[in-house]
Amino acid sequence: MKTTPDNSGDVRLSGISKTYDNGFTAVQPLDLTVPEGSFFALLGASGCGKTTTLRMIAGLEDPSSGTVCLGDQDVTHLPPYKRPVNTVFQSYALFPHLDIFENVAFGLRRRGLKSVKKQVEEMLDLVQLGEQARKKPHQLSGGQQQRVAVARALINHPRVLLLDEPLGALDLKLRRQMQLELKRIQTEVGITFVHVTHDQEEAMTMADTVAVMNAGRVEQLGSPSALYENPNTTFVANFLGTSNLIEAEVDTKNGDDLVLRAGGGKLVLPQARCSGPTTAGAKVLVGVRPEKIALTHADDAGTVPEGRNRVTGKIADASFIGVSTQYVIDTPVCDEFEVYVQNVERDGRLVPGADVVLHWSPAHTFGLDAAQDIGAGTEEEAAA
Amino acid sequence: MSTLTEAPPPLAPAEPEGKPPRKRGRFTPYWLLLPGMLWLVVFFALPMIYQASTSVQTGSLEDGYNVTWHFATYWDALAEYWPQFLRSVFYAAAATVLCLLLGYPLAYLIAFRAGRWRNLIMILVIAPFFTSFLIRTLAWKTILADNGPVVHALNSLHILDLTDFLGWTAGDRVLATPLAVVCGLTYNFLPFMILPLYTSLERIDGRLHEAAGDLYAKPWTTFRKVTFPLSMPGVVSGTLLTFIPAAGDYVNSELLGSTDTRMIGNVIQTQFLRILDYPTAAALSFILMAAILAMVTIYIRRSGTEDLV
Amino acid sequence: MPFLTWLKRRLVVIAGLITLAYLLLPNVIVTVFSFNKPKGRFNYEWQQFSTDAWQDPCGVADMCGSLSLSLQIAVWATLGATLLGTMIAFALVRYRFRARGAVNSLIFLPMAMPEVVMAASLLTLFLNMGAPLGFWTILIAHIMFCLSFVVTAVKARVMSMDPRLEEAARDLYAGPVQTFLRVTLPIAAPGIAAGALLSFALSFDDFIITNFNAGSTVTFPMFVWGSAQRGTPVQINVIGTAMFLLAVLFVLASMLITNRRNRQKA
Repeated sequence: MKTTPDNSGDVRLSGISKTYDNGFTAVQPLDLTVPEGSFFALLGASGCGKTTTLRMIAGLEDPSSGTVCLGDQDVTHLPPYKRPVNTVFQSYALFPHLDIFENVAFGLRRRGLKSVKKQVEEMLDLVQLGEQARKKPHQLSGGQQQRVAVARALINHPRVLLLDEPLGALDLKLRRQMQLELKRIQTEVGITFVHVTHDQEEAMTMADTVAVMNAGRVEQLGSPSALYENPNTTFVANFLGTSNLIEAEVDTKNGDDLVLRAGGGKLVLPQARCSGPTTAGAKVLVGVRPEKIALTHADDAGTVPEGRNRVTGKIADASFIGVSTQYVIDTPVCDEFEVYVQNVERDGRLVPGADVVLHWSPAHTFGLDAAQDIGAGTEEEAAA
Repeated sequence: MSTLTEAPPPLAPAEPEGKPPRKRGRFTPYWLLLPGMLWLVVFFALPMIYQASTSVQTGSLEDGYNVTWHFATYWDALAEYWPQFLRSVFYAAAATVLCLLLGYPLAYLIAFRAGRWRNLIMILVIAPFFTSFLIRTLAWKTILADNGPVVHALNSLHILDLTDFLGWTAGDRVLATPLAVVCGLTYNFLPFMILPLYTSLERIDGRLHEAAGDLYAKPWTTFRKVTFPLSMPGVVSGTLLTFIPAAGDYVNSELLGSTDTRMIGNVIQTQFLRILDYPTAAALSFILMAAILAMVTIYIRRSGTEDLV
Repeated sequence: MPFLTWLKRRLVVIAGLITLAYLLLPNVIVTVFSFNKPKGRFNYEWQQFSTDAWQDPCGVADMCGSLSLSLQIAVWATLGATLLGTMIAFALVRYRFRARGAVNSLIFLPMAMPEVVMAASLLTLFLNMGAPLGFWTILIAHIMFCLSFVVTAVKARVMSMDPRLEEAARDLYAGPVQTFLRVTLPIAAPGIAAGALLSFALSFDDFIITNFNAGSTVTFPMFVWGSAQRGTPVQINVIGTAMFLLAVLFVLASMLITNRRNRQKA
């Protein structure tokens, strides 16, 4: 067991995997460290292994291999009721036969505490449910039940709080509100939160660190902005937001930049932002986010500054959605190029059928290995 | 910050390293099942085997019985008692149909139309259970008494003439006729029809009725095309719960019928408890069991509802 | 024809109420005739109003003895069948094991078997073993046929129970025993109670199987059966009416209590 004294509160998974009796491997062997006090999100589509990973940390699932450590303590073979870890379950799993007070007091009572009244009341006040203490769970709204579930877990001061799609059952508005609420509570109590979700927006707003999982593996791990701005795989590029991916070939190196051939034109990509091969002749996928692109009518092509990546095309579709207008553009390098333009100064000529020039800064370009499925992650996002 | 390395795929299936993973409760289900299953094996399955063996024994009460594989007992029993067999099936079928016709409206009423009266009606359906069914069956003797209001009414409406003609009643009386027995059977097993019907009707989303109405279905069409098919599980288990006990019943025939309405249950009871001809009784009981199981199996297969339990 | 339309709309309600009347009519007769003063040995014809039977419910030889025997058997049969049946139901819902199909069939068959067949075959067994017929053989038989009904009732409840509730309990520091006592059992309780209630009713009211396996012991249904041949005392109507009223009152009271409790909390 490798331990270092300065990270005594970290959750460390080493080589952990889960294969069920029926032969299905939910989690491929993975190593993961969740730093103490962080808000960590496991993001992925349903069936990607994120919930299984969480359940192995909680002790509700026995790993097929590997170890789970909380700081220095190996808890792999401890039953859930002996782990200093608590879970907020999907759809809450509040005990229907107990009132709110007893639900929250459950963990304290099981650990043999006699006077729980003060603690429970404080906790109920923290989640603003002091008035509802004597109601049964089914008498509360979804949002209130969710807060009870959080209170029931937090009152035990766990080393780690595990949240399994805790907001999945709430409507959009309430979900936004609860996201901020959870973030506030986490900052207040300073406990490590491990949050499982399929909602990329939720993961990005709440977490310090996001691990994107796909098919039982962690695809990429990093801060939300790092993942979004510089995805390393097509899955991450497509699952987190939308990406335009262009098939290209490395032509030459120019200092720190790669010059690529795509369609008939050239594109520039900083070598540091390319996770694929960089040797001349190698195939890569060039990516750019829709909101990084500027649109200029073909008549004004001369006004596009030098040094920007440019692609010409024809507007196929435009939809006005308030803060921005979303264009779909037919280009020689990619037939459904998506571009989001802020509605600041709208050019009246940008209507379907118009010829346009798309241009963006090389600094917003990223490169991926072309030897992967270009569409990975698109369907999952639609499903989620 | 966080670290991540993709470990290589596992070379071999996970070996128990150090402490083996917890295998809680590998034998727990067997311990849980053991006492109850033992009970059913010893006091349900084993008796069936004993009975099968008794049915092919010969001997007498004084000299004892021996297994002689005397299958002739079966033929003799069938030859002698086929009318009672046939009568049992006929009465039970009639009672089942009547239960369905009477029970469906009440189950429907409780499920969809009773509103705040639902619980009260439910109680009234179940509460009679708490009065011994024998006492309640005896009450039918009063209701159907020869000079009672029911017989008078049926007589003045000339309904008894019709049932006389059909052979259901005899000579201006209802008691001691097939009609009385079927009436008693229907009464006794009606709750067993209503409760499963109610359970499956209650699960039907009321909005389906609105949707059907919205799609131009008249109420009767809605019932035929939507409600009834969806209540099929209830219909199937209700008919089984009515038909099976009715076919083996001898209480109604004994209390409300006559020697002309004897059912197979009466015969088995008499053979077993009065005549003490155990082989014949066992053979009759075995035939009844086989016949019922065969009918039930065919019925369940044909109605396509296999998951009754 | 407004009357016809009115009738058509309420056809289901009217038909349902007719059925309900058919179901309740015998109970009305039983109640009315508990106040009768019959002339002969049989209580089938109305003679005159009297409260004699109500003032002396145990005035018939052996009746109250058989009643108390039936109650005892029903209590023990309920306890036995509920315990064994609940264990089987948990095993069926919560665990994977071999011979599942065989277990399911063995549970289903007693419910799909005419009582007279079970009664006759059980008697064959007891005769072969030379077991003395009486209290114990009745109890054995009652536990046997109540078992399947308990399994069905409890199974339905446990199956609809969210397995996450037990996980949540374990996650909140409840060991296996605590989890079972504090979460599983209370949530499964309505199903267990339903199974127990059904067992009690089935056992208390059973006649056919009891009649075969009782020997010379007389339970209450057997007493009623015998009196149908020898003469029906008014007291059996008193008992029948009292049980009916007790059952209705019991259910109404429990409903009122739950209603009030819910209203207080809301």
